Amino acid sequence: MTMEEAELSARRPDRPVFYNDPFWRSLAYQLLTILVLAGAIVWMWTNTLENLKRANLSSGFGFLQSRAGFDLAQALIPYSSDSSYFRALEVGLLNTLAVAALGIVTTTILGLLIGIGRLSSNWLVRKLATVYVEAFRNIPLLVIIFFWYKGVLNALPNVRESIVMPFGMILNNRGFYFPAPIFGEGSILILVALAVGILAAFLWSRRAKAQQMATGKRPPVFWVNVALVLGLPILTFLVLGAPLTFDMPVAGKFNISGGNIVGPEFMSLYLALSFYTAAFIAEIVRAGIRGVAKGQTEAAYALGIQPGRTMRLVILPQALRIIIPPMTSQYLNLTKNSSLAVAIGYADLVAVGGTILNQTGRAIEVVAIWLLIYVSISLATSLFMNWFNRKMALVER
Amino acid sequence: MADNTNTSLQFVRRELVAAQKPPSQEIGLLAWARKNLFGSIFDSVLTILALLTLLWILPGLIDWLFIDAIWRGTDRTFCATVAQGGIQPDGWSGACWAFVADKFQLYMFGSYPVDERWRPMLVFVIFAATLAPLLMPRVPYKVPNAIAALVVMPVISFFLLHGGVFGLSVVETSLWGGLLVTLIISYVGIVVSLPVGILLALGRRSEMGIIRMLCVAFIELIRGVPLITVLFLASFMLPLFLPPGTSIDKFLRAVIGVSMFASAYMAEVIRGGLQAIPKGQFEGADSLGLSYWQKMGLIVMPQAIKLVIPGIVNTFIGMFKDTSLVSIISMYDLLGIVRSSFADANWVSAVTPLTGLIFAGFVFWLFCFSMSRYSNFIERHLDTGHKR
Repeated sequence: MTMEEAELSARRPDRPVFYNDPFWRSLAYQLLTILVLAGAIVWMWTNTLENLKRANLSSGFGFLQSRAGFDLAQALIPYSSDSSYFRALEVGLLNTLAVAALGIVTTTILGLLIGIGRLSSNWLVRKLATVYVEAFRNIPLLVIIFFWYKGVLNALPNVRESIVMPFGMILNNRGFYFPAPIFGEGSILILVALAVGILAAFLWSRRAKAQQMATGKRPPVFWVNVALVLGLPILTFLVLGAPLTFDMPVAGKFNISGGNIVGPEFMSLYLALSFYTAAFIAEIVRAGIRGVAKGQTEAAYALGIQPGRTMRLVILPQALRIIIPPMTSQYLNLTKNSSLAVAIGYADLVAVGGTILNQTGRAIEVVAIWLLIYVSISLATSLFMNWFNRKMALVER
Repeated sequence: MADNTNTSLQFVRRELVAAQKPPSQEIGLLAWARKNLFGSIFDSVLTILALLTLLWILPGLIDWLFIDAIWRGTDRTFCATVAQGGIQPDGWSGACWAFVADKFQLYMFGSYPVDERWRPMLVFVIFAATLAPLLMPRVPYKVPNAIAALVVMPVISFFLLHGGVFGLSVVETSLWGGLLVTLIISYVGIVVSLPVGILLALGRRSEMGIIRMLCVAFIELIRGVPLITVLFLASFMLPLFLPPGTSIDKFLRAVIGVSMFASAYMAEVIRGGLQAIPKGQFEGADSLGLSYWQKMGLIVMPQAIKLVIPGIVNTFIGMFKDTSLVSIISMYDLLGIVRSSFADANWVSAVTPLTGLIFAGFVFWLFCFSMSRYSNFIERHLDTGHKR
């Protein structure tokens, strides 16, 4: 026995040979990877320099300061064709964010309704919601965008036969016109009142909760908060003597002047993004609500909690934990998908960048700007959502 | 034996009483409607609202799509009103299926030479013949079948479509188009993204720091940007990276862009599967003395992939839909060719764009919907009862 052990230990080397040692092996593989990658980069870099030299192109971001020379249909900040490329990119980024923000709000409401509809006890509502989801999930977004742009909005009447809607809104094939609010003197006070109202509502909710904890009685919260948040600004508005006028769009013979206009490009992109993403959000909402064990509902009912409150206080907080992570990625998808604007000529970041690329031939710089901005948006959203997720996560003992 | 004298007093029922009908309120259409449509006041309101919406939308839709639609015709006059220079009465509007029928070949094959169209058709047949048995769980010989479908089939198809061998004339990729291109790009994307995605997912969980970092960087960069920027990157920057004078096919650039994009997403799906495998499986494989690739290939991956098949199919569906984006970099996939056909002066009319788009949307829908149904089926089939 001992002889054998001694023999074995004599035969076994202390350490494996270096090429069998995991440490050296992994080091060698990693070094090899770096070498190959570095070689590839150097090769591509020299090729690129050579290509640029042949095409008589310089590189660097200096061109961003030169005159853009193209017009943009929709700009949230002052812009003209004399502005710089940099300014044009700013306009594009703001347009991207605008359509994404509006789309996210709309798609959340729509998706929530449809998702709950898929779980409805009403057969017809359930089937309709299913048809909606199966239809929109399986058609490319680009087809839906063109559908709105070419099919529906092109069918709108021309300027002379505009559809006039209440509150001075006008719809025709040039876009959607609505009154532009002009705030008079002292309007800032309304904003202050709104802020005060929100703060007061927040404090009242906290007090109400403390009181409920102490006494078991729940003071009215919802209606008091509504009064605070909406009532205070409205009161201020009336006290100030309603300092608000509207710049109404006026239908002329060939054009419509005044008011704000939203172009058909924006509308079709916004509608398509909202409708398309809503199908995915509906599925997420459905999965989230169904992911909460049935026992939770039954336990709540057994405690005598009303169905509405059961939903609000027992089911939804738990469902939200399941819903939030995939919902975030849908919001990000919507933001990234807004880049399809380029197909219908809505001046978003990609469309503006594409125009600049075609004008100047600065492929590398423009693509780098795109990557930088989109990756920053993604990373910022993920960081925020990770923080939020940690906050919402179940605290386990 | 028993005394039969008082038989008349005994009562034993020899046969079963016929079952009574349930209360009339509990059966039939009416009861079903009461339960499922008018369960409460709120439900009733919803039902009536939904019915009104349907009544408002459906008749017009059916009229437009089928009844008022034009099924036969040779040019735009059939699909235009008198005021627009056509033969239809003023105020007419309906789908112009004659347009789709006229363009059908174009939508399927693009500008592929008419005399050579048997080649793409043959490819469709080979495609179906190798893929169908692979998708049916009961058919044996999965490994050779997979090699045929994923390796041999693409190579044969390429030579068949492109030509230049066996006396076939060369058909440049710029002539390919329509559904053919959509299918080729998504198929190549699928074939490439699966192995590359597996490697990226393994790299992301590797213990080698540098390889892990590189994989994370690639995945997060690609997933953080829209596909259209990746396509722009492939179509504008790839030519810059190559030695001067070499040109790279536009078709190939689009395929590279789509494959890169799909690989990053596939990697994340597969990572999800890897994370769900219990640690004991890895340790068990290690204790048997299996090498890294044996451990992953024989123990971990088969379980991980099985877990995430729905996710993989969802990625495929997403990619199939995303191929429509190549039309933005001026390629003629199904959507691209449908859009370009709107400009045909012979057919230009108010209703042709909408008709064409509905057709394109329907074709995409058909493919994606069948894929998702198949995913449901395979999920049930593979369910080994380990789910909680």
